[in-house]
Amino acid sequence: MDLALLFQLTLNGLIVGALYGVVAMSFVLIYKASQVVNFAQGEFLLVGAWVCWWFLTDWQLPFWAGFLFTLAFMTVFGLVLQVVVLRPLIGEPVISVIMATIGLGIFFQALMKWIFGVFAKPFPPIFPVERVSVMGLEVQTVYLVSLGISLLIMIGFAWFFTASKHGLAMRATAFDQQVAQSLGVSVPRVFAMSWAISAVVSAVAGVVVGVVNGVSSALSFYGIKVFPAVILGGLDSVLGAVLGGIIIGLLENWAHYLDSQWLNWGNMFQIAPFYALVLILLLKPYGLFGTKNIERV
Amino acid sequence: MANVSLLPAGDYRTTYRADTTIFPTRNSRIALWLGLALVAASPLFFGRYELSLLINIGIMGIAALGLNILVGFTGQISIGHAAFFGVGAFASAWLHESFHIPVWACIPLAGVITAVVGLVFGAPAARLKGLYLAIATLAAQFILEDFFARARWFTGGVAGRLTEPLTLFGFAFDREETYIYVVLFFVVVMFLGAANLMRTRDGRALVAVRDHYLSAEIMGINLAYYRTLSFGIASLYAGIGGALYAHYLMFVSVEAFNILFSIQFLGMVIIGGLGSIMGSLMGAAFMVLLPEVVQSAAEALSGSAIDRLLRIGGSISYLREMAIGAAIIAFLIFEPDGLAHRWRLVKAYWKLYPYSH
Repeated sequence: MDLALLFQLTLNGLIVGALYGVVAMSFVLIYKASQVVNFAQGEFLLVGAWVCWWFLTDWQLPFWAGFLFTLAFMTVFGLVLQVVVLRPLIGEPVISVIMATIGLGIFFQALMKWIFGVFAKPFPPIFPVERVSVMGLEVQTVYLVSLGISLLIMIGFAWFFTASKHGLAMRATAFDQQVAQSLGVSVPRVFAMSWAISAVVSAVAGVVVGVVNGVSSALSFYGIKVFPAVILGGLDSVLGAVLGGIIIGLLENWAHYLDSQWLNWGNMFQIAPFYALVLILLLKPYGLFGTKNIERV
Repeated sequence: MANVSLLPAGDYRTTYRADTTIFPTRNSRIALWLGLALVAASPLFFGRYELSLLINIGIMGIAALGLNILVGFTGQISIGHAAFFGVGAFASAWLHESFHIPVWACIPLAGVITAVVGLVFGAPAARLKGLYLAIATLAAQFILEDFFARARWFTGGVAGRLTEPLTLFGFAFDREETYIYVVLFFVVVMFLGAANLMRTRDGRALVAVRDHYLSAEIMGINLAYYRTLSFGIASLYAGIGGALYAHYLMFVSVEAFNILFSIQFLGMVIIGGLGSIMGSLMGAAFMVLLPEVVQSAAEALSGSAIDRLLRIGGSISYLREMAIGAAIIAFLIFEPDGLAHRWRLVKAYWKLYPYSH
């Protein structure tokens, strides 16, 4: 037993899990508002991180300016995707919509490789202090900041959905499109807005991960790790997405611990969430907080 | 998926046998025999490169047909088809090496093994549908990929596995010129098999599950049974395609069966046309030829200013991936019924010319 390692991995799990939670939230946002399962969520992280990297290195902008420009770019990016690709597919069967997002995913992944290359590139240093010690553990400053950012985004989402006019309109649309429309909510605008917000929030997560690990196409794997998280939490629950993300983050780190200490199978870190995913789908497909779909003829 | 019938006025079917025939008109039968004869004669006038493209189209067509039975006819989604394709490839090589079963028997056996694996992973399919099933098969893709990398006895580990060519009565089908006949034989058998399946009670049950599963259940169709069955059939086709692939390349590597390959299969089905048997072959042809077109376009541009500006030369593989993604999206938006539908329109145009209205 290596308690220090276990503790370190648990902390890692919490931090990475919070990031999964953020990505899962933006995934659920799209699903709730427009019933689209977005397989290109990981590519949002990827595009956001690369664009920010480009602003910081090629344009030599200070971090805050580059970051703001990135967010602006991602807003436009999300809007354009929704209007150009997803809007014509409204009313098509689930498979078409899923395939469209998968197509978007491989398109942008290849495009990013073409423009920026395949090798991981580090961000220029942003924080003056590289590491701080918390309760005797060395933690990278970026990690702590990322935890803070994740919490901020979550609080922001909570405020948005309970107090703001647009958030309420979005919830109304998710509940019943026709009713929302009859009350004066512009459903196309809500769809577009949900994609823009989702792209922006994912990009924030992408920049955070990029600052920690460097930017590479491995970032888009976050978009796949999001599935265990959202299925565990329930596909249409924002709270569930956050919890699911944290649980999956802890799970993969604990699986890594188990593996490194006793099993020595290797690669459990990557694959454990998918075993969990299959189990959840078999036992409780609507997750912890999802709406159970009862069908009547 | 509407079947546009182009029978001349006054030519009625009077028996059920005539109504369910696979090739309804004399011209379609002539076209079939002509097409088969052309492919059979292709080694006479094609080089090895063109033949290898034809072989790839055939192999991918078989696997895509399996996926089309699952996606197009039963309305289930699978994002793990390449993993099952891989199971077939490794199973055939493993059977031949460990038990010394002749290769011609290994290929169908590999199909059966893959079908069993597919049934195991398809077990969630009995309860799940739509996007939940899509996510379950996504998990299957990663779990199987991990298994391939781990199971040295089955896959040869990271080094991959060498396979033997198919031999029959001492004659080895180890070159493109001969292997094309093996692929042609399997394509004919598998496509006729699928066309016949769709005329049986089971095939119609699959379509009923797709069109309205609640009505289907009320009519006495066992949903769980048919959803799982469809998964098994799809895996069988993937397995046979994979086995043919393994004995064609004579080497199977662990990394080949990744998620991009799965997406390519889905792309074939979408581009060819959901729920169309011949469409699967058209989609496979499109997907196999698309990278070649991209390649030759890039070669045509090489050395020019555009090439230098966009660095096309070194990034051809990314351009191929982008072309695949863009093709899938373009077909979904502009031609959701796929190439099969477009082909029917072309046929209708010539049939009715010049009075098409």
